[in-house]
Amino acid sequence: MTSALETTDLGKRYGRDWGLRGCSLRVPVGSVAALVGPNGAGKSTLLHLAVGLLKPDEGEVRVFGKAPGDSRELLEQVGFVAQDTPLYPDFTVAELVKLGSKLNRTWDDDLAVDRLGKLDIPLDRKAGRLSGGQRAQVALVLAIAKRPRLLLLDEPVAALDPLARREFMQALMGIVADQGTTVLHSSHLLGDVERTCDWLVVVRKGSAQVVGSVDELLAEHRTLIGPRTREGEYSGVGTVLRESHTDKQTTLLVRTGGPIHHPAWNVSDVTLEDLVLAYLADPNAAALPGPVSLPQRGVGA
Amino acid sequence: MIEFLLDGHSREATYMQLIRQVKQALRVGMLEPGDQLPKVREVAESLAINPNTVLKAYRQLEIEGLVEGRVGVGTFVRRSLSRPTLVTHGALRRDLEAWLDRVFAAGLDEEEVVALVETTLRAVFQEDRFRQGREGIA
Repeated sequence: MTSALETTDLGKRYGRDWGLRGCSLRVPVGSVAALVGPNGAGKSTLLHLAVGLLKPDEGEVRVFGKAPGDSRELLEQVGFVAQDTPLYPDFTVAELVKLGSKLNRTWDDDLAVDRLGKLDIPLDRKAGRLSGGQRAQVALVLAIAKRPRLLLLDEPVAALDPLARREFMQALMGIVADQGTTVLHSSHLLGDVERTCDWLVVVRKGSAQVVGSVDELLAEHRTLIGPRTREGEYSGVGTVLRESHTDKQTTLLVRTGGPIHHPAWNVSDVTLEDLVLAYLADPNAAALPGPVSLPQRGVGA
Repeated sequence: MIEFLLDGHSREATYMQLIRQVKQALRVGMLEPGDQLPKVREVAESLAINPNTVLKAYRQLEIEGLVEGRVGVGTFVRRSLSRPTLVTHGALRRDLEAWLDRVFAAGLDEEEVVALVETTLRAVFQEDRFRQGREGIA
């Protein structure tokens, strides 16, 4: 599977602090990927590096195999919607579309006008007078009218009400179905992520903590419920990510190496939300493809 | 044409929910051979889910021989899951409705009804299995 985006030991420094460091990840072509992590983890920095608005201080970032910022062709293949979906407030929607058509070599005017029409967005309204949901929709239309192969979205729905959020995700999924666009979007809304994404990237403190296909990650992780077991006495359950105990019962969230046959454990599936929260709560845990040195946990950890 | 509904609180994977709903529609005769399933794009957009998830569900149904994809046209039902018992559904449903009237008259609420049905089902199934097990030994 080829990568739309790949980073190797990527680092970006702001003054004395590193916004991103030692960050290695990939997003396969054709996937809808979620970029998840706490505030300040480096999500926006990563997206700005991918689109070429920032230059790396260390390591490499490759978009369709090339360094962003170097080639005009590459820039045409990447659509970007920055946080809070900024638009020129004094421009009408029609003027924004015209601006887009003048600034981009590849531009599908019909697509833009058609989508805006379907959304009932008045073309003569100034951007500053649109609702938050409409502004986000216009920003999305402007980003896809150049028919990018990769669409980068920085928390596009964070400020929207639930209805506008749903309408935005509906539009986005329609675009993916129509055009096969690869998407990487950062979000705190794990429910949205679970429904829409087939690839997951979790970043924490400037580096990637979890990278992989959602199906595979869900298949590898399990919740185990069993009788109270003392810490360090779990054998053959894999890597323990989270444990909690009552006087009668022990609950574990584990990354398994294979099926768990031990009769003491009641095994159940995890949701993506369980999984992400378990990793975010445990800075030492990682689920990365390839040879990765996992800290020795699970036994007495 | 059927319309999919998602249970956001369910732990069941989204594509499994789609598969289950198609099978249910096949079982009760709501979908019959030749009927078209909703287009992938439409399902993805209306439910705001990844189109690959819809594709995955349709592919699984295709592997099971229940539907077939026709390139550029859509996905169509090949085989029904309804059984001859379907003709008795109407009468059984009327019985059930009469029973539910009695249940609600007795003051049970919806959750209590569901709990009663589920525990009874489980108990009956377990008894059946137990009996079959003993007959197997004897």
